[in-house]
Amino acid sequence: MHIAEGFLPPLHAAAWTVAAAPFVVHGARAVVRERRERPETTLLLAAAGAFTFVLSAIKLPSVTGSSSHPTGTGLGATLFRPPVMAFLSTVVLLFQALLLAHGGLTTLGANVFSMGVVGPWAGYAAWRLLCGRHRGLAIFTAFALADLATYCTTSVQLGLAFPDPVSGIAGGVVKFLGVFALTQVPLAVVEGLLGVLVLRLLADVAGPELARLGIVPTTPPSEAVTR
Amino acid sequence: MRRRRTTFLLLLGIVALVAIALVLGRGADTDEKAFVGTDSRATSLVEQNHPHYVAWFQPLFRPQSPEVESGLFALQAALGGATVGYAVAALRARRRLEAALAAAREEAR
Repeated sequence: MHIAEGFLPPLHAAAWTVAAAPFVVHGARAVVRERRERPETTLLLAAAGAFTFVLSAIKLPSVTGSSSHPTGTGLGATLFRPPVMAFLSTVVLLFQALLLAHGGLTTLGANVFSMGVVGPWAGYAAWRLLCGRHRGLAIFTAFALADLATYCTTSVQLGLAFPDPVSGIAGGVVKFLGVFALTQVPLAVVEGLLGVLVLRLLADVAGPELARLGIVPTTPPSEAVTR
Repeated sequence: MRRRRTTFLLLLGIVALVAIALVLGRGADTDEKAFVGTDSRATSLVEQNHPHYVAWFQPLFRPQSPEVESGLFALQAALGGATVGYAVAALRARRRLEAALAAAREEAR
């Protein structure tokens, strides 16, 4: 989902930067507020940011013969609501743009919009819709959708900037979807399964914190400490 | 027991999906280089359909070789992994302290 440096026309690059900027500022404030109001969850916040850091460094092979990387934004989006991920994703994308020539400064806005805004909100929406019915399924869908929605957004961004010479913008979007979306489906499933694993681990070690965040039902303190 | 089995099945699912992709993807690609990143495929698609487009900005820093690049990627993963590990360990220690504190209170009563 990293649009390469210079690979969006200046107007598009500027427009996506303007579109992403308020989300990032709001996200940074959300991180500060979270740390002030619920300091005991700071460790989980760090884990959520670090999770994205790890996953976006790992490129996995897919059945299409391409490789691609998961985004890992589902964790922070479900635990802390999506705004924090706009900020944390910007940190990750800046690291990769500056040190790895992966993505870029001119395309940072577009990349933040797909990975830090659309992906987390899509994942969070899935979590909210399903968490009342089946917690595991909700986590799986949230993680998978946060991943897949990011790549679909990238396809739309590239399709808008580079319409197909014959079939126009719609054709361009479809072509980029052909590159990104199909490859991403198995990876999104992997990310969904990983999400269920991570949440099971966190439920073991961070029960009270997850209860405060409203992720697991509140357990009586006596039960929480006997573990 | 059931918990362990679920964990095992989840891990198995992840490994199996990646393994299946490695096997199936090998045949799907006609290029000489298999498992090219989707990001560079998208860039190639732009260059192919819009040959006159010139990237108007270059990365300020580019890793000089694939070795340097993979090293930096490994650094990224290591930093993230270390932080996740630290957070989980610290949370576990927090639970232990709480339990010890609760036990001490019980004794004092």
